[in-house]
Amino acid sequence: MSDLDAFRAEIRAWLEENCPAEMREPVRDEADVCWGGRNFRFKNEAQKIWLERCVAKGYTVPDWPKPYGGAGMSPAEAKVWREECARIGARPPLSSFGIWMLGPALLKFGTEEQKAHYLNQIARGEIRWCQGYSEPGSGSDLVSLQTFGEDKGDHWVVNGQKIWTSYADKADWIFCLVRTDKTNKYQGISFLLFDMTTPGVTTRPIKLISGNSPFCETFFDNVVVPKNQIVGEVNRGWDVAKYLLGHEREMISGAGGGDRLNAIGAVAARNAGAHGLEDPILRAELAMFDVDALAYACMGEKFLDEAKVGKAHPAQPNMMKYAGTELNKRRHELLMAAGGATALEWESERTNGGTPARSWLRTKANSIEGGTSEVMLNVISKRILELPGA
Amino acid sequence: MPLYHTEDQAMLAETVTGFMADEGAIKKQLRHFRDMNCQDGFGHALWKQFAEMGLTGMLASEADGGMAMGHVEAGIVLKEIGRNLTPSPFLTTSVMGVTALSGGSDDLRGRWLPGVIAGESVLAVAVDESPKHRPERIACKAERAGNGFRLQGRKAFVVHGASADAIIVAARTSGSDSDVDGITLFAVPKDAAGLSHENLRLVDSAMASNVTFDNVELDGDCVIGEVDGGRELLNKVLRAGRIGAAAELTGVGQGAFGITTAYLKTRKQFGQLIGEFQALQHRAAHLYSELEIAEAAVIKAQQLLDGNSERADLMTSVAKAKASKACNLAVREGVQMHGGVGMTDEYDIGLYMKRDRALAEFMGDQYYHAERVAQLSGY
Repeated sequence: MSDLDAFRAEIRAWLEENCPAEMREPVRDEADVCWGGRNFRFKNEAQKIWLERCVAKGYTVPDWPKPYGGAGMSPAEAKVWREECARIGARPPLSSFGIWMLGPALLKFGTEEQKAHYLNQIARGEIRWCQGYSEPGSGSDLVSLQTFGEDKGDHWVVNGQKIWTSYADKADWIFCLVRTDKTNKYQGISFLLFDMTTPGVTTRPIKLISGNSPFCETFFDNVVVPKNQIVGEVNRGWDVAKYLLGHEREMISGAGGGDRLNAIGAVAARNAGAHGLEDPILRAELAMFDVDALAYACMGEKFLDEAKVGKAHPAQPNMMKYAGTELNKRRHELLMAAGGATALEWESERTNGGTPARSWLRTKANSIEGGTSEVMLNVISKRILELPGA
Repeated sequence: MPLYHTEDQAMLAETVTGFMADEGAIKKQLRHFRDMNCQDGFGHALWKQFAEMGLTGMLASEADGGMAMGHVEAGIVLKEIGRNLTPSPFLTTSVMGVTALSGGSDDLRGRWLPGVIAGESVLAVAVDESPKHRPERIACKAERAGNGFRLQGRKAFVVHGASADAIIVAARTSGSDSDVDGITLFAVPKDAAGLSHENLRLVDSAMASNVTFDNVELDGDCVIGEVDGGRELLNKVLRAGRIGAAAELTGVGQGAFGITTAYLKTRKQFGQLIGEFQALQHRAAHLYSELEIAEAAVIKAQQLLDGNSERADLMTSVAKAKASKACNLAVREGVQMHGGVGMTDEYDIGLYMKRDRALAEFMGDQYYHAERVAQLSGY
């Protein structure tokens, strides 16, 4: 038995022993997702136990170093972990922007003190983070952002407004792009971390077409941020932001696994009931979709394998984000078509409060948030294909 | 297993890439043999070089004098064949033919494999009987006669059929046309009496034959594997052909994409490089992503086949369908982005379009394989 086989056996046995049965059920709605944080309310005991057990082993962030709360797994071991979790349908013990986005940026740009402090908090699910990037006037053209941090010696005083701040109303801390030099566009931005309870921070949820409000507007009115709460150097926050965007795009692409990689034809046929899929052309489109989805799942696996050993093109997350989000929109268009009138129900119990329709509408943001599909195509053209003047 | 090549595989890829770009180049092979109206559609000297490189016997066992490699390795060769549009009998002989013969007796393997491995023999595979790939339906009959069989029927789209030293034929030895059981594979020698060819040049300049078997007498030694129980071996041959064609398609697609992006960087209109136009950039970027995804699906299916995974059959169909879709997009966009010169025989992009069409059809197109994905997924 190879070391990796032995490792697999160990993980399999541990999961068998420690992953509660309820945590092996598919995620049905938002309440099933464990986000952690100061104010998080566990849906049930199983969710809490599953988190605690994983935290104890470093399994919430399996490939982070042990001193920062991870399990120190190698890329190959982390893949085994993902495969074994997928095998039994285990839910992620903890979902967080800290894990997906801030963590990788801190690992690369943080000081030793910052890493020890923030990464352990993230790994344990103690602090829930949100991302302050977009502003009303700075969407795709993010680098034009205006939120300003005035240098006051040992601290900055931040004023401005962010928008599309996901879950800002539920977050404990924010990682935020703030202009600290008005004379330099790219090298005039700093990457600051601060507590959302700091005086002067307010949030307001934005009601979306799905009827839900996962995004907020966030306002800063003379918010004091100590100087040690900067990641990377002053005015070099754009480097951190770009690095982090790569991870955000990877996350949105669904490359890490989960529902977005699944084929849907069989589910649609099952949901169609006794008569099955009666429209041969819809069935054909589902089959073509499944070809694309199953192929994309391979791409997700390949991308992660290559990224872990530095073989992936640094701009490849943009391709993953583009392809993954366009696929996910198509997935929900087809699920709506397959669901027929039932999928139109907005509040009924049998649709769990209009989940099909609300999810369908939610996916429309996939190709806008974290860089639009058009921006992704621009980046692929310029950085991967090296087309002129892009 | 990570979804990228091992060190050994990467070394093989490097060697094969150089060899094919040099010896298998479009001008040297495809255009040369096309323009001389070669009735084989490929060059025997190059096939000999394949043997010298150790490629012809990649999939054969070491006991048979081969390299005992897998579909990942064969795919490396096929991708470069695709990229250079290199005409060769590698797919029908070294991938499908060898896979079929590996299910045969010592005598049968001893009869055919040494010639294949030496680059002296060519094999063809005859499965389909109509213009579309329908291996579920086999009417071509082999009836017992004396110590052997008498073969009667027709096979269509037998690539390299008229050049082959032996044709691997899937024939019905019992039951009716659409039965799963009752199939037997035969290795039919080219000089068998009653065997005739309608040898046809295809759109991609390859030669394929419509083969007629008119009471061809075969002795029992020609049977590959079990009489009536050949479906499983046939499926293995089909999977080898499908994943091989998919790998070749990724090479065709990437080859077409490569010359197209190069063109975007040199052609000027309206006083600027056409690659500066966002309308073309976005289409090129979309195409890049489709080609990357297709390649990932292909290597995944190759690994699953080599590991005898239960998911290999499903993912082989996914890979063939996806590679066909992506490569087809590459050649269509390629011709369009080349503009008028894309329509000329002088430029290579049109040759890619023709090869894509033939490969898309070979061993089942995207529609056939999407249907299979639906069925294998239970709907």
